Amino acid sequence: MEITLQNLTKVFQSKKEDEVVAVDNLDIVIPSGKLYGLLGPSGCGKSTTLFMISGLLKPTEGKIYFGEEDVTPVPPEDRGIGLVFQNYALYPHMTVKQNIMFPLENLKIDKKEGLKKAQEIADLVGIGHLMDRKPAQLSGGQQQRCAIARALVKEPRVLLLDEPLSNLDARLRLQTREEIRRIQRETGITTVFVTHDQEEAMSISDEIVVLDEGVTQQVGQPQDVYDKPNNLFVAKFLGTPPINLFDGRIENGKIMIGDAYIGKSEAEDQEVTVGIRPEGFKIVERSSFQVEVEFVETIGRDTTLIINHPNVEVQGSFEDPEEEGDVTTVEDTEFEALNLEMGSGKSIQDQKTFRAIVDADYGVQPGDTVKFSVKPHKMHVFNKETGELV
Amino acid sequence: MLEQERNIAAWFYLAPALILLAIFIFYPIFNSFVLVALEDYNYLQQTYDGFTLTGNFRNVLNDPNFGQAMLNTMLITFVSVPVSVIIALLISVWLNAIPIQKIQGFFQTVFFLPYVTNAIAIGMAFAFMFNRRYGLINWFLGLFGIDPINWINMGASYGNAMITLLIYITWLTLAFKIIVFLSGLQGIDKQYYEAARVDSASRARILRRITVPLLSPMIMYITVTSFIGAFKTYTEVIGMFGERLGPPGDPNSMTTIVALVYDALDRSGVPGAMSEAAAAALILFAITLVFTFVNMQVSKKRVHYG
Repeated sequence: MEITLQNLTKVFQSKKEDEVVAVDNLDIVIPSGKLYGLLGPSGCGKSTTLFMISGLLKPTEGKIYFGEEDVTPVPPEDRGIGLVFQNYALYPHMTVKQNIMFPLENLKIDKKEGLKKAQEIADLVGIGHLMDRKPAQLSGGQQQRCAIARALVKEPRVLLLDEPLSNLDARLRLQTREEIRRIQRETGITTVFVTHDQEEAMSISDEIVVLDEGVTQQVGQPQDVYDKPNNLFVAKFLGTPPINLFDGRIENGKIMIGDAYIGKSEAEDQEVTVGIRPEGFKIVERSSFQVEVEFVETIGRDTTLIINHPNVEVQGSFEDPEEEGDVTTVEDTEFEALNLEMGSGKSIQDQKTFRAIVDADYGVQPGDTVKFSVKPHKMHVFNKETGELV
Repeated sequence: MLEQERNIAAWFYLAPALILLAIFIFYPIFNSFVLVALEDYNYLQQTYDGFTLTGNFRNVLNDPNFGQAMLNTMLITFVSVPVSVIIALLISVWLNAIPIQKIQGFFQTVFFLPYVTNAIAIGMAFAFMFNRRYGLINWFLGLFGIDPINWINMGASYGNAMITLLIYITWLTLAFKIIVFLSGLQGIDKQYYEAARVDSASRARILRRITVPLLSPMIMYITVTSFIGAFKTYTEVIGMFGERLGPPGDPNSMTTIVALVYDALDRSGVPGAMSEAAAAALILFAITLVFTFVNMQVSKKRVHYG
């Protein structure tokens, strides 16, 4: 089922009559049978978008199509969607079996057939042996799978996942995201999921859209978006550790950071922000980009050098939007959107350092002076004012 | 040593509560057991003619109003409690669904008013509403061409009088239930409702399968306390029918077990009356205990504690 969002806009009205545009003119096509990630920082409108697709929130403007059908006026119960909430919202008084059966009973499906279906789907997600437990007796991962089973059992046209991994611990998160991938592949159902974790989005999505303040920043396959960011926001948002930003300029076709020449550009002379991925540095014999290493972190196969540099642009970090165990509801997204307006949510990292990941074989020590060349495809140059790619 | 000192301190802290409980709760309970065992106890002269095990209970059972009191108490309990719990539940669900805070607050206040109003006073107002000639109820029924019904006036049938009393008690006990249910409803995570909507559950099914189970601890609490309260019905009858305990011409037809207790106390000068009151109170105590026990047993299977 292909999902088309057309000029989708959501405006929240706060009590003091100021409006907050949570989603602004969103135009995306979610391809049929794919796993699609809505990615962005807290309050970017991704959950709002998901809830609009589900029908729990009504768009202020714009239309939503499932295939050819305009589902904008259709209430959630008639949309044929499966939704997995961030905290799973399993009914605590029902067993796993009853939870999974609940949607089927609502659709008046024959009990015998329903039980068979419930067992099948529970087996698919790997909780077939836990049918008589209550949600409180399940681990986080099992609860999550139960929620997915409940969403899938009615054979929805679309599966929606809201921050599906945010309530799981790190190891379970890795395991579960592969599990989601597998289930999605096996069922072939069009799946949309929301996350603020770029790594999570990149690792399992067929395609992602990066949102900021309700506006689409970039759409594409994860690796493409990572390799060719459209603008500074996307470059900053994707990648761990984050991209390094330098105060630079273009002079006669040369990209300069301070006095160091680091690459060529065909653009005209201007002040620019140079973004270089941590893995984009190479230690070389001769270069004008010479720095002194402050700290060295050796983690297994490679080494991270932490380097002070006067031209590093201090960047606000993206605050982890949801604390562990926190829950977004339709109402919360509203609240979050209003909150963002007040300018909360971003903290400042004010250290003029950057990170370079190099091969551990170099044996660099703190205090060493190294010379870098920069891999051209790991470097992105943005206009200082607009943040657009030069 | 230290342990002991601590214990002494603890007893001192507990003393005010314990003393009050001892005087006003423990001693009266103990005393009623003593009273029940005395034969022909004269309260004024503090004399009695020996001891009896069942004599006072027999006196209660032989009271001409005992059968009526038992019937009325049971009717009131088993009709007004379920009916008011169900109505209160529906009203609170409806109130909780009102999206505009101010309107919701207004209705909350309206529904809570009976709780802070005197039962006797409202009883009189109700009696007037159900008056055969001037009452609001008969006037309203008249709009639909229904002849005036004799609810509680001279010559009113037992059925009519009881229906009026039940309506009054149900209405009076709604307020507290609504407040408790409403606070319970507001504690239910809204995501369950969003999930249920996505799962295509109808409103009736959401109520039955989601709201009621999640509210079951509150429903249980309200049911148990309402049962106990209903077994003790007395003020409401006085409020509506006065000391006569029935419509004019039919005294005591609306009597209850607690009314028997008070009636016996009224005759405290007569030998044995105090003991009869104590016996009636103990019978009520036994009934309440049994039903509360049954309630608790049911709750073990039906109530879901978060």
